Amino acid sequence: MTAPSSTTTSHAVDAYTAAQQAQDAAVGHSSRTFRVWRGANGEGDFRDYTTEAMDGMVVLDALHQIQAEQAPDLALRWNCKAGKCGSCSAEINGKPKLMCMTRLDELPADEPVSVEPMRTFPHVRDLVTDVSWNFRVKPNITRFTPRAPDAPDGTWRVDQRDVDRVQEFRKCIECFLCQDVCHVLRDHHKHDEFIGPRFLVYAAALEMHPLDVADRTTQLKEAHGIGYCNITKCCTKVCPEGITITDNAIIPLKERVADQHFDPLRALVRLVRGKKKPG
Amino acid sequence: MSDHPTIDHDVLVIGAGGAGLRAAIEAASLGTRVGVVTKSLLGKAHTVMAEGGVAAAMGNVDDRDSWRVHFADTMRGGQYLNNWRMAELHAKEAPARVNELEKWGALFDRTKDGRILQRNFGGHRYPRLAHVGDRTGLEMIRTLQDHGIHEGIDVHMECTVVTLLHDGERIAGALAYDRERGRFKVFRAKAVVLATGGIGRAYSISSNSWEYTGDGHALAYLAGAALQDMEFVQFHPTGMIWPPSVRGILVTEGVRGEGGVLKNRDGRRFMFDNIPDNYKSQTADTEEEGWRYTQGDKDSRRPPELLTRDHVARMIVREVKEGRGSPHGGVFLDIAWIKDRVPNGAEHIKKKLPSMYHQFKQLANIDITKEPMEIGPTTHYVMGGIRVDGDTQMSTVPGLFACGECAAGLHGANRLGGNSLSDLLVFGKRAGEFAAEFARTNGDIRLDEREIDDGMQYALAPFDRGASGESAYQVQDALQTTMQDLVGIVRSQHEMEQALGELESLKQRADRVGVPGNREYNPGWHTALDLRHLLIVSEAIARSALERRESRGGHFRDDYPDKDPAFGSFNHVVRRGADGGMALERAPIPPLPAELAAIIEEMK
Repeated sequence: MTAPSSTTTSHAVDAYTAAQQAQDAAVGHSSRTFRVWRGANGEGDFRDYTTEAMDGMVVLDALHQIQAEQAPDLALRWNCKAGKCGSCSAEINGKPKLMCMTRLDELPADEPVSVEPMRTFPHVRDLVTDVSWNFRVKPNITRFTPRAPDAPDGTWRVDQRDVDRVQEFRKCIECFLCQDVCHVLRDHHKHDEFIGPRFLVYAAALEMHPLDVADRTTQLKEAHGIGYCNITKCCTKVCPEGITITDNAIIPLKERVADQHFDPLRALVRLVRGKKKPG
Repeated sequence: MSDHPTIDHDVLVIGAGGAGLRAAIEAASLGTRVGVVTKSLLGKAHTVMAEGGVAAAMGNVDDRDSWRVHFADTMRGGQYLNNWRMAELHAKEAPARVNELEKWGALFDRTKDGRILQRNFGGHRYPRLAHVGDRTGLEMIRTLQDHGIHEGIDVHMECTVVTLLHDGERIAGALAYDRERGRFKVFRAKAVVLATGGIGRAYSISSNSWEYTGDGHALAYLAGAALQDMEFVQFHPTGMIWPPSVRGILVTEGVRGEGGVLKNRDGRRFMFDNIPDNYKSQTADTEEEGWRYTQGDKDSRRPPELLTRDHVARMIVREVKEGRGSPHGGVFLDIAWIKDRVPNGAEHIKKKLPSMYHQFKQLANIDITKEPMEIGPTTHYVMGGIRVDGDTQMSTVPGLFACGECAAGLHGANRLGGNSLSDLLVFGKRAGEFAAEFARTNGDIRLDEREIDDGMQYALAPFDRGASGESAYQVQDALQTTMQDLVGIVRSQHEMEQALGELESLKQRADRVGVPGNREYNPGWHTALDLRHLLIVSEAIARSALERRESRGGHFRDDYPDKDPAFGSFNHVVRRGADGGMALERAPIPPLPAELAAIIEEMK
């Protein structure tokens, strides 16, 4: 077998590629140990892998290196490696994080880095879990329903402030770390009765969408179990996009639900005028 | 061979990025049974990485814009090798496709009067990119995903296609395996739409994820379809370079659209040093004029940082080559300087470029509101792809369609930023529409069991060699090094001949790859099967590039540094020859209709 390095040296590379290749040697290296959960269908244990880490590496880089050098069948999910797709969720040193955005130099250097799968979802293999429940939940939330267009050409006029208001929720990359950490799901397994913080954020994005006219308060209360959330804010703490899930999404939704269902005047209005979202 | 479930669809869409989802939505809306196969989970495809915006001549910011200007810009950017019919349809239909997204829930940034806001981008004459901050791709894929899940589409997540299936000449479906259990699935379909994206994993410096292994290109090629323009790979000028572990991650062109400038080690704005003749009349003379352009002054012309990507990437390589690069072998991209020119500068930058701010802060300890970024070119996009009919998106194989990045034609020799998101909407819709029509008007198909058995045998062969075979990761790494070093931004005959020789030996190594472990979610196995696709697209790139003895668009030859008009009248097409080898031919570009030729002449 030809070692890749011997192939490289025989190439007449362009100046830029050469300069980039030189950086790998210039950067600092240190040996790091990773304690990675290996196994299938819930059975498994931690296994230690030691690899040579470059300064600036993230956990995902180190696991890729371990895959290439030592454990070719190490199962993990990833796509963009830039914190934009939300595929590489895992529990790193016990904390739910994206592997691609967790730098090794943020973690204690003198102890192994533990990496394990999200514990709220059924285990598949190594770091991969079955997150399909999330994809089944979403279609149960009433879809986007726009008001009639504002202009004859079928377009709408929207104020930038109304766009800005929901941007926070629309930043969600569906990494499901909030679902992972939510005790209603993680400890109490209320998957059939509670949609979890991700989908409360999704519902909030729709409810506060400047063009949407559907009313989701009844389903939030009855089918989606918004009442289960007791605002411990664990979800907000782990959100890699920094979405203030509880304060900005869940609490306002809870208020809408309360207004709609426990305010007798509003209930009467609703009865007379048919469904109409507040505000 | 083993038993396998057979799943029936009228239209099978392979790929669930923007193009695949748009195709699936269209086909489903026409009443056909649609299945989508995706290598990843839904909503994770590369479309999420698109940052800057979607190009559509709506004229909301500058009413001088029209489909005619967008058409001319696209053709100029593509150096006139584009499929002009696609460039025409794209320019005409993009506005309707963007408005449609709004109907499905997408929210774009707004103008003062509440319309969709549009921003400047390289090669676009007027502000044309509808956007939302710098996360337009996420907004688009989420909109298509959230709309699509209510349209009765069957989605097969984490499922990878091994081979396409035939009924005689016609396409009949696909053999695939599910990643989770490694079990085979057979999809029987009257029409297949390929929407698999690009080939960026053929290079070591790349903005692309593991998925971008040229699957659609290679599956189509192996199924008998033709590939076109494969020499044209886009190296995006601004990728992260430091620390090395983040090398290649995209830095949006939106940074330059908002006023960011490129500087060399000496602090000089080197982009003013060399402006191509065909853009001279559209480019600012002074730094001041360039700044005014980025701030919406309609009488100013664009700064040279917003020239086309191929040109900007080459200028960066030149600075590095001539010893004027930044400390880590790239150049500086500075947006922090605009703080002196706009009120609340730091907040303004964070608002306009939130994910760039976050990305540099988190991954490189750089605060882009205070200091310049270090950047350099990164493999980003392939203009080449499956040769399709401009109207219907059908390939040269009956029943096989292609759209989005894996199809060729719209972008010619170089793609303009923002034209990929509009591409996937316009031609995703068309591919879905015509695939549905094909499925409706053509009869049932019969699968060939032997073809299925052969495919399964091929897919399982790496397990037979087990741990004693070579590692798939090592072969992939060697392939990426070969392509990066020898068929990269700067090319020459000798290097590409060397690359073709190395690809031959890599093919042999790929045939000896072995995989330990079992079939359940085994990335070593997945990497092994991706190799065939990467090798096919790499060879297609090298062969096409070797034959193009000129420099044009994304293709730059050290030994032929100038554009040669003799190479401007045809596209390179490769297909699998009768002997199994790759055959290359020249396909003449049909003459432009008088109306379109007049537009190009008028806008020169």
